[in-house]
Amino acid sequence: MSEFQPKIVAFCCNWCSYAGADQAGLRRLQYPPTARIVRLMCSGRLDPVFVLEAFKHGADGVLVAGCHTPTDCHYTSGNFKAERRVLLLKKVLEQMGIEPERLRLEWISASEGEKFARVMEEMTQQLKQLGPSPLKRS
Amino acid sequence: MPAGAPRVGVFLCKCGGNISDFVDLEAVKSAVEKLDGVVAVEVDEHWCSSPAGKRIREAIKEKNLNRVVIVACTLNMHQPHFMEVLQEAGLNPYLLERVNAREQCSWVHKDSPREATEKVIDLVRGGVARAKHLSELSPIVEKLNRNVVVVGGGVAGIIASLELAYGGHRVFLVEKSPTIGGRMAKFSKVFPSLDCASCILTPRMAEVESHKNITLLTYSEVQEVSGSAGNFRVKILRKPRYVDPALCTGCRDCTTVCPVKVPNEWNVGMDKRTAIYIPFPEAVPRVATVDEASCLYLKHSRPGKPVCGKCLEVCRAKAINFDMKPEVLEVEAGAILIAVGSEVFDARKVPQLGYGLYKNVITSMEFERMINSDGPTGGKVVNPATGETPKVVAFIQCVGSRDEKYNPYCCRIGCTASLKHASLLKEYVSKDIDVYICYNDMRTVGKGFEEFYRRVRDMGVKFIRGLPSEVKQKPDGSLTFNVFDTTTETLYEVNADLVVLAIGLVPSPDIEKVAKLLKLSRGHDGFLLEAHEKLRPVETLSDGIFVAGSCLGPMDIHDATSEAMGAASKVMGFLAAGEIVKEPIVAKVNEDLCSGCRVCVSVCPFDAIKMEDKGEGKFVAKVDEVLCKGCGLCAASCPTAAVTTQHFTDEQIRSQVRGILVGV
Ligand SMILES: Cc1cc2nc3c(=O)[nH]c(=O)nc-3n(C[C@H](O)[C@H](O)[C@H](O)COP(=O)(O)OP(=O)(O)OC[C@H]3O[C@@H](n4cnc5c(N)ncnc54)[C@H](O)[C@@H]3O)c2cc1C
Ligand code: SF4
Ligand code: SF4
Ligand code: FES
Repeated sequence: MSEFQPKIVAFCCNWCSYAGADQAGLRRLQYPPTARIVRLMCSGRLDPVFVLEAFKHGADGVLVAGCHTPTDCHYTSGNFKAERRVLLLKKVLEQMGIEPERLRLEWISASEGEKFARVMEEMTQQLKQLGPSPLKRS
Repeated sequence: MPAGAPRVGVFLCKCGGNISDFVDLEAVKSAVEKLDGVVAVEVDEHWCSSPAGKRIREAIKEKNLNRVVIVACTLNMHQPHFMEVLQEAGLNPYLLERVNAREQCSWVHKDSPREATEKVIDLVRGGVARAKHLSELSPIVEKLNRNVVVVGGGVAGIIASLELAYGGHRVFLVEKSPTIGGRMAKFSKVFPSLDCASCILTPRMAEVESHKNITLLTYSEVQEVSGSAGNFRVKILRKPRYVDPALCTGCRDCTTVCPVKVPNEWNVGMDKRTAIYIPFPEAVPRVATVDEASCLYLKHSRPGKPVCGKCLEVCRAKAINFDMKPEVLEVEAGAILIAVGSEVFDARKVPQLGYGLYKNVITSMEFERMINSDGPTGGKVVNPATGETPKVVAFIQCVGSRDEKYNPYCCRIGCTASLKHASLLKEYVSKDIDVYICYNDMRTVGKGFEEFYRRVRDMGVKFIRGLPSEVKQKPDGSLTFNVFDTTTETLYEVNADLVVLAIGLVPSPDIEKVAKLLKLSRGHDGFLLEAHEKLRPVETLSDGIFVAGSCLGPMDIHDATSEAMGAASKVMGFLAAGEIVKEPIVAKVNEDLCSGCRVCVSVCPFDAIKMEDKGEGKFVAKVDEVLCKGCGLCAASCPTAAVTTQHFTDEQIRSQVRGILVGV
C-alpha cells in the first residue's frame, strides 16, 4: 500500500498568500502536492463554516493563509479577525474530536514563495504523523 | 444567475508544455468530462493566444455554454483578456472561473506527475462546482471628482499644485507650517548653477497664492481621509493663526512690540523670533501667525484679566483675533498627491564631531542660513563663537549618511551642497579663506555637477579623501582634527576656526504620520515606498494616491521637481477618464435575513455599512458600494448569513470546497 497522502484545503487571501503561492511556482520551488488552494479576497472572509465544511468532506488538514500582522492586510485588519476565528475554531475542532493541529494559520506575503513551500512541507509531514482525519476513520 | 441549467465549458491549457509536460491533461479531460453540468472539455497549446480566444467564443456559441472554466496559469495573468473573450461572446465576464494548473501544480510538483494530475483534477472539480454558482455581475461605475488634494508645500508640492491648476483642476494645497516654500525657501543659492533660490522660487509661490484654481491652506494638516480613489473625502484641520489673513497687511508692526523671544525655526534656531511672527519676508501667505505655545496672552490671560496683548494695540488693521478656534474643513477630491518632504539629520547623534558641544561646529543647514542675506547674520559667514569671519573652514561630508550606525544610504545632496558652500565662501566672502572638504567619495552625478566640481577645484578648495573620526577644540577656541587622506596616503592635521557638517536628508515623523493615515507602505529606510521603483516612481500601491519629492528618499530640487511634474501628469491621466470602474466584488445584504444586529457595521474597516430605518422599529444593514472594498469581514461575521460578498458568496466558496474534496 502506498504511503498516506494527506489532503489539505488551503484558504489563501488574494493579495498576499495566493500571490505567495504564485511566487513559489515562478521560482520552481518543489513541495508536496497535498494542498488545494481556495482563493478568498481576505483571510478575514473566512467563515468558520468553510473550515468545518472542509473537514466534514474529508480534508485531513486546513490551512488559512493571509498577510502578515499587524500592517500588511490589504483591508487593514482582516488578518486579525482570521486569527481570532482560527483560535476559536481550534477549540470547536477539539470538541469534535479533531486534533487542533490540523488547522493551521500562517502569514505568507506575496514575496514569500519560500515560506509557502516550507509551510506545505511542514504541514504535510505533520499530517502524515497524525494520519488520516478522525472524521474519515469513523 | 443566467437562466437555465449550468452548461460548463472547461478549457485545459498545455501552456506550451509548461503544464502538459508534468500533468496528464488527457486524464484530466476524461475525469472532467464525467462531471455533472460539463458539456465541453477542450485542450489547446495556449488558450491565451488570439486564435484560441476565437475558439473559446465559438465553443460558447456552439455548445451554448453559460459558464467557462479555464485551467491554465495564475489568474494574476490574462484575467482581463479572458473576461473580454466571454464578453465578446455575449457572456457576462463574471461567469468565468480560473483554475491554476501551472504555478500551483506543474511548476511545483515536477517529480510527482501522478499526484500533480490528481491535484489538477481536484482543483478543476472545485472550479466547476464554484462556476455553477457564479452570477452575472456588472462593474460599478462611479463618477470621479476632479479635485486634487496636495499635501506639503515644499518645492515639490508647489510645482505639482501649479501643474494641476493650469491643467484645470481645483487644488487644495495643505501645508502644515505658516508658509509654503519648504527647505528650498531657506537657501540663498542652489547648485549646480548657483542661481538665486528665491529668484526662482518666490514667483512660483506667488503664483500659487494668486491662482484661481488653488485653495491654499497653510497652517493646516490632513486629519482624516475616507472614501476611495476617485472620491476621497478629506478632513483638513485648520489650526488657529489668531490673525485674520484677510485683514493682515503683513506690515510686521506686531513683531516689533511682542516681548516674547523664542528660537527661530526658520533660521534653524540660530536667532530668536517673537511669538507673533512672519517666518520670512517673502512668506506666502505674508500674514502673521501667533505661536500658541509661547504667546503670553494665550497662555496666561484669565477671563476679564488679559495679559500682554501689545500686538492688539499696534495692529492698525485689527487683524489679530485671540478668539479663533481650530476649524475642520471637509473637501472632496478624486486624487491625493503626497509631497511632505523630509528633514535633515540630527548632527547631535554623532557627538564625536562636536556639534552641540562647540559653537563653531555648525551644520550645512546653518551655513545655508548664515550665507543668506535675510538670515540671522544678514548674509555674513562668521564663527559663531567669536562673531569674526573665519580664516579656515572645513567641511566634513557624509555626516549620518553611508554609515550602518545611522543611515546606510547616500544622502545624494551632501557633496554638491558642500561644493556650493565652498564656492560661495571663495566667491562671496573671500578668496583667501582656506577651505577644506573631507569626503568619502565625491558624488557628482547630476547634469552639470561634475563640471561644477571641477570649477570648485580650480578655485583652490582643498579636497581630502578621508573622514575625521573626532573633532577637538583647542584652548584658543579653534578646532582641530586628524584625517588620513587615502589618495596621498598622508595623515593631515587640519586646524579650522569653523567646521561645517554636511548632513543628509532623513525621513521626517510626518512621513510616518501620513503613511499611517493613508495606509501607505514605507521602505526599510523609513521613506515612502513608490508603486514600482523604476516603472511607477510617482504612484503608490493605493489607487488614487500619488507621491513626489524628498518624502520618497533623498533628492535634489531638480529631481523633486521632475517627480512633482510626473505625479501631476499621472493625476491628470487618472482623472481624465471621468469615471472609475470598480470590480463588483462588494458586499450585499439580504434584507429578509438581516436581524439588525449591527455586527457587520462594527467589523467593517471602511465604514461601508450603515443601518437603514425600515420603519416600525426595523433596521437593516445597507452597504455603500462606493466605500465597500469587498474584504468580506462582514460576510464572515454575520450571525444570520444575511450579508455576503458578490463573487465570493458562501455558496460559491462552500461548493468549491465540496467539489475539491468529493470522492476523497
Ligand atoms: C543643506 C542643504 C542644502 C541643499 N542645497 C540644495 C541645492 O543647492 N540644490 C538642490 O537642488 N537641492 C538642495 N538641497 C536639497 C533640497 O532641500 C530638497 O531637494 C528639496 O527641499 C526637496 O523638496 P520637497 O518639496 O520634497 O521637500 P521639503 O522642502 O522638505 O518640503 C516639504 C513641505 O511639506 C510640509 N509638510 C511636512 N509634513 C506635512 C504634513 N503632514 N502636512 C502638510 N505639510 C507638511 C513641510 O512643512 C514643507 O513645507 C539641499 C539640502 C540641504 C539639506
Ligand atoms: S497682524 Fe496686524 S500688525 Fe501683525 S502683521 Fe498683520 S496687520 Fe501687521
Ligand atoms: S465587504 Fe463588508 S466589511 Fe468589507 S468593506 Fe464591504 S461592507 Fe465593509
Ligand atoms: S488581504 Fe491578505 S489577510 Fe487581508
